[in-house]
Amino acid sequence: MNATLAPILAIIRRDLLLAMRRKSEVLTALFFFIIVVSLFPLGIGPETALLRKIAPGVIWVAALLATMLGLARLFAPDHADGTLEQMVLSPSPLGLLITGKIAAHWITTGLPLVLLAPVLGIQFDLDGGALGIMVVALLLGTPLLSLIGAIGAALTLGLRGGGVLLSLLVLPLYVPALIFGAGAVEAHISGLGAGGHLSLLAALLALAVFFAPWATTAALRIAIE
Amino acid sequence: MNWESPAAFFAMGGYGLYVWGSFGVCAVLMIVEPILASKRRKDILRSLRRERIAEQLDPQ
Amino acid sequence: MSNRIVNWFKYASPQSFYPLAGKLIPWFWALAIVFTVAGLYITFFAAPTDFQQGEGYRIIFIHVPAAWMSMFIYIVMAGWAGLGLALNTRLSGMMAQALAPTGAIMAFLSLWTGAFWGKPMWGAWWVWDARLTSALILFFLYIGFIALQAAIDDPRRADKAGAILALVGVVNVPIIYFSVKWWNTLHQGASVSLTKAPTMAATMLWGMLIMALAFWMYSIAVALTRVRAIILEREAHTEWVKDLPEVQGAKQ
Repeated sequence: MNATLAPILAIIRRDLLLAMRRKSEVLTALFFFIIVVSLFPLGIGPETALLRKIAPGVIWVAALLATMLGLARLFAPDHADGTLEQMVLSPSPLGLLITGKIAAHWITTGLPLVLLAPVLGIQFDLDGGALGIMVVALLLGTPLLSLIGAIGAALTLGLRGGGVLLSLLVLPLYVPALIFGAGAVEAHISGLGAGGHLSLLAALLALAVFFAPWATTAALRIAIE
Repeated sequence: MNWESPAAFFAMGGYGLYVWGSFGVCAVLMIVEPILASKRRKDILRSLRRERIAEQLDPQ
Repeated sequence: MSNRIVNWFKYASPQSFYPLAGKLIPWFWALAIVFTVAGLYITFFAAPTDFQQGEGYRIIFIHVPAAWMSMFIYIVMAGWAGLGLALNTRLSGMMAQALAPTGAIMAFLSLWTGAFWGKPMWGAWWVWDARLTSALILFFLYIGFIALQAAIDDPRRADKAGAILALVGVVNVPIIYFSVKWWNTLHQGASVSLTKAPTMAATMLWGMLIMALAFWMYSIAVALTRVRAIILEREAHTEWVKDLPEVQGAKQ
C-alpha cells in the first residue's frame, strides 16, 4: 500500500513545490477563467433570467478552456530538463508517477476552478442549491478533464504547434464531461434532480482513473523513445 | 418510370437544389479523392525515378 | 490452416502488400462502379416518390451509406492501429493512415447531405439532433487524428501516437453518442427528433444497401491507392522499391 502511494505523493509534492515557485502560471489560468466567464454577460446582456440559464454552460466551457491552458506545460518542462527520462528509468512504475503528475495538475488548475466557481455563479444569479450542485459537478468533472487532457499532452509532447493541436485532440473528448457537468446544474434548476448526471459523471471519472494514466504512459513512452 | 421529362427529373419535384446539392458534392469529392490519392503515388514515383537517374549519372 | 496463417503474414509486409494492392484495386473499382450504377438506378428510377417527403427523400440513399461508412471506417482504422501497436507491424499503421482521409470525407458527406436533407424536411440546415451532433464530433476526431499524424515527422512515432489516439477515440465514441443522446432528450423542446422513422419500403432498403456496398468498395479502392503511395514514401530508400518496374522503367 505504502509502496504504491509513496511515489505518487512524492511526485505530487514535487510538482506542487514547483508550481509554488512559479505562481504566475497557475494564476494566469485562474484569471483566464474569471475573465472568460465575466465576458459573457457583457456580450449577451444583463437579463437575469437569461444569465441564469446560460450560467452552467458558460462556467463549464470556461473551465474546459482554462484546464487546456495548463495542459501544454504538463510534461514539457520535465521533458526539456530530462526529468521525464529519469522517471521512465526509475524503479517505481511510470504509471504511478504519471498518476501523481495528473493529480498535481488537478490540484493546481482544477481545484482552484472548483473553489472559484460559486463566486462566478453568484455573478449569474444562481441560487445556493444550484451553486452546491455546480461545485459537486466540477469536483467530479475537473479531475476527468485533467485525466483525458494528460493523454493529449503526452501525445503532442515536443511537437511543433503542440498547443493548438492539443486542443484539437482533447476538446472533442471533453464533450461527455461538459454535457453531464453543465447538465447536472440545469437539471437541478429545472427541478429534475441532478442525481443521474452526477452518478454518470462519477462513472466516467472511475473509468478515466483506470484507463487514462495507462494510455498517457504508453503515449509518453512513444514520445520519448 | 418516375419522370415524365428530363426537366422533371432535374427539378426533383421542387427539391432540385437539395437533391443535386447533395449528390453533386458527393460525386465531386468521390472523383477528386481518388485523383489526389493516385497523384500522390505518381509524385513519389517521379521523384524516385529522378533519384535513380541521378545515381546513374553520378556513380560516386 | 497453418498454411493460411503463413500466407496472411506474408502479405503483412509492405513489400508483398504493395503489388497485391495494385492487383486488387481495379477489382474494387469495378465493383464500386457496378454497385454505384445499380444504386443510382434504384435511387432515381426504381424507388417511387415518397408520399410524405416527395423527391427530397432520395438524399437518404447517399446520406445513410456515408454515415455508416464514417463510423465503420473509424472502427476499422482503430482496429488496424491497435493491431500495429500489439504486433508492431509496419503495414498496420500505414493502413490506418490511409483510411483516415477517406473516413473524414465520409463524415463530411454525412454532415453535408444531412444538412441538405434537413433544410427542406425540418426547415433548418442544422439542428442539434443527437445523431447530427455525434457525427460532427466524429468528424472532429478524424481531423484530430490526421492533424496529429501530420505534426509528427518520424513515421514510426506517428503510427504509434495515432494508434493510441484512435483507440482512445473508439472507446469514447459510444460514450459521446450516449451523452449526446441523453443531452438531446433533456432538451427535447429545442430540437426535432427523427426517432419515429416511417416504415421503410423494401425498394428503399435495397437501394440503401446497394449504395452502402458501393461506398464500401469505393473506400477500399481509394484507401488501397493511398496506402500504395504511403508505402512508397516510407520505403523510398529500400532496395525492393528501387527494383520496382515502375521506378526502373520509363513507364509507370
